[in-house]
Amino acid sequence: MLKLLLSRLATAVPSVVGVLIVTFMLTRLLPGDPAAYFAGLAASPQAIAEVRTKLGLDKSLPEQFVAYIVDLAHGNLGNSLSTGQPVAAEIVNRLPASAELTLVALFVAVAIAIPLGVLAAVKQGTWIDHLCRVVTTAGVSLPVFFTGLLLAYVFYYLLQIAPAPTGRLDVFISAPPDITGFYLVDSLLTGNAETFWSALKQLALPAISMAIFSLAPLARMTRGSMLAVLGSDFVRTARASGLSSRTVIFTYAFRNAVLPVITTLGMVFSFLLGANVLVETVFAWPGIGLYAVNALITSDYAPVQGFVLTMAVLYVVLNLIIDLLYGLVDPRVRLDA
Amino acid sequence: MSAIPALAVDNLSVEFRTRSGIVKVLEHVSFSVGKGETIALVGESGSGKSVTAFAVMGILDAAGKVTSGTAMFGGSDLLKQSERDLAELRGRELSMIFQNPRTALNPIRRVGQQIADVLVRHGGATRADAPKLAIEMLKKVRIPDPERRAEAYPFEMSGGMCQRIMIAIALACRPALLIADEPTTGLDVTTQAVIMDLIGELGRDSGMATIFITHDLALAAEYCDRIVVMHAGHIVESAPSQTLFADPRHPYTAKLLAATPGETASLAELVSIPGNLPDLRREDLPACRYSGRCERLVGRCAEPLPHQTIGDRHGIACWNPL
Repeated sequence: MLKLLLSRLATAVPSVVGVLIVTFMLTRLLPGDPAAYFAGLAASPQAIAEVRTKLGLDKSLPEQFVAYIVDLAHGNLGNSLSTGQPVAAEIVNRLPASAELTLVALFVAVAIAIPLGVLAAVKQGTWIDHLCRVVTTAGVSLPVFFTGLLLAYVFYYLLQIAPAPTGRLDVFISAPPDITGFYLVDSLLTGNAETFWSALKQLALPAISMAIFSLAPLARMTRGSMLAVLGSDFVRTARASGLSSRTVIFTYAFRNAVLPVITTLGMVFSFLLGANVLVETVFAWPGIGLYAVNALITSDYAPVQGFVLTMAVLYVVLNLIIDLLYGLVDPRVRLDA
Repeated sequence: MSAIPALAVDNLSVEFRTRSGIVKVLEHVSFSVGKGETIALVGESGSGKSVTAFAVMGILDAAGKVTSGTAMFGGSDLLKQSERDLAELRGRELSMIFQNPRTALNPIRRVGQQIADVLVRHGGATRADAPKLAIEMLKKVRIPDPERRAEAYPFEMSGGMCQRIMIAIALACRPALLIADEPTTGLDVTTQAVIMDLIGELGRDSGMATIFITHDLALAAEYCDRIVVMHAGHIVESAPSQTLFADPRHPYTAKLLAATPGETASLAELVSIPGNLPDLRREDLPACRYSGRCERLVGRCAEPLPHQTIGDRHGIACWNPL
């Protein structure tokens, strides 16, 4: 297992190198002169040249790249122009908010989509199959920002069940002590029911809008994959051996059907990382997506660069996890590691 | 031959509902197999051999429907059993071996576990004892180094090895009836013989009845007491193996034998059977489904098929037999 982990990690190295090059080039290709932005509107050409030297922008590209890598190795992603804060610290602060939202959304989606897909396949052609079809069609055809706005409109404005879509907590409630950065977990760890409840209520609408969006591909893949496996020879063998339908469906069919679902899960997770940007904007969620959008609007390149880098590294890590999960489920994958 | 057969199928008809209409896959199929007896169901592809087996086992596709008939097994009719009762019998009293052993085994479960699953389900074995019993079964089907092989996955084994695992699964609970659906298709000739010997031997030891489905008449003659010939969902002839080879009475059987390579016929002398199976979706299927290909057609062939028995358990469904 360790060997597999190491070999997979080794294959991730080229992707990370590619990501570094792209994020480096990104800021060099963005329109506008960062030195001019940095020096301010009223700066003289001389002052701009000074800033350029200070930022190292007058050096050759390879030299700049080395400097960038050295900075990265020291955890330095540069400073935000608009806030003056180091980008690395800001991203570390905001990442848990995005991660909590994404993970809860994914959890909700999986908890609904997989049982729904399995049931739809086992009871093909019944009402549950039709329900599955309706849900998946609705899920793929509703853009996530639209679902978010709709949910906020209905549950906050019309029904007034949900709290105002303004961040992770009610304004009158203080944040739990920072242990994991996940408010739900931290408030539970410190036994603060009030904070937990408030965080959950704030989280519900954005998480559900993202869950609806990611539910569709998962349910559809689960159903299709289950149908294919249920029609396969070895399921017929299992039935001909008189194994109980529970064993046939879960031990024999589902474990085989789950492989393409894991692939889809990885894809959905990366969609969700992207969808974060929209949902965080709609719900004023203080995550890295909102941070990146604000930075982009103000031409603040360092946070954008940091955001892209973070996302890219997350994708790489995610694919690694998917690969490892695959190996856990399918013995055939372990061999060609 | 015992008086009470292990399985007696009578007047079995099966239809499949498809998009292009109802397919009358089986019609008035009757045969029986005695305890300790091995019979062969032979016929070309699409003649309904496998469907007969699936109907008896109760594992027809959802589109397939038994429209008439009985299949008496151990004093009860398999075709009228509830799914729950059938599941109790399957794997314990009646077992089945499939073709393509590589795809018929769960690809991501260790073979020892797959045998153990059946033992736990039927044999009253506990999860703790089952692995040991599974290794016993692997020894019985003569898999070398069974302790290590029990931990293997199907993709790590050859086709012949996989078929032995299938046999181990099917025979784990000492069933009274085994249906082997082309168990040697896709295996090389030497492995074929080993697998057939293994099935025959293990069957004889426990007095098991065996239905062997094949399109290989020579193989059927070598291993089976009796041969039942199917054509387009009808049984056209059934007789003890020697009788059938020496004295085929149905025109189709005669053609089939002429198309079978043997000691007497060289490859050049083999004759192909003209025509194809009739389209079973047709509304106006003739009473005799072979009539479209038959050279001995007479006026009476349009009448419902006769089922006559001549000599020693030699049945023919033909108006103008040889």
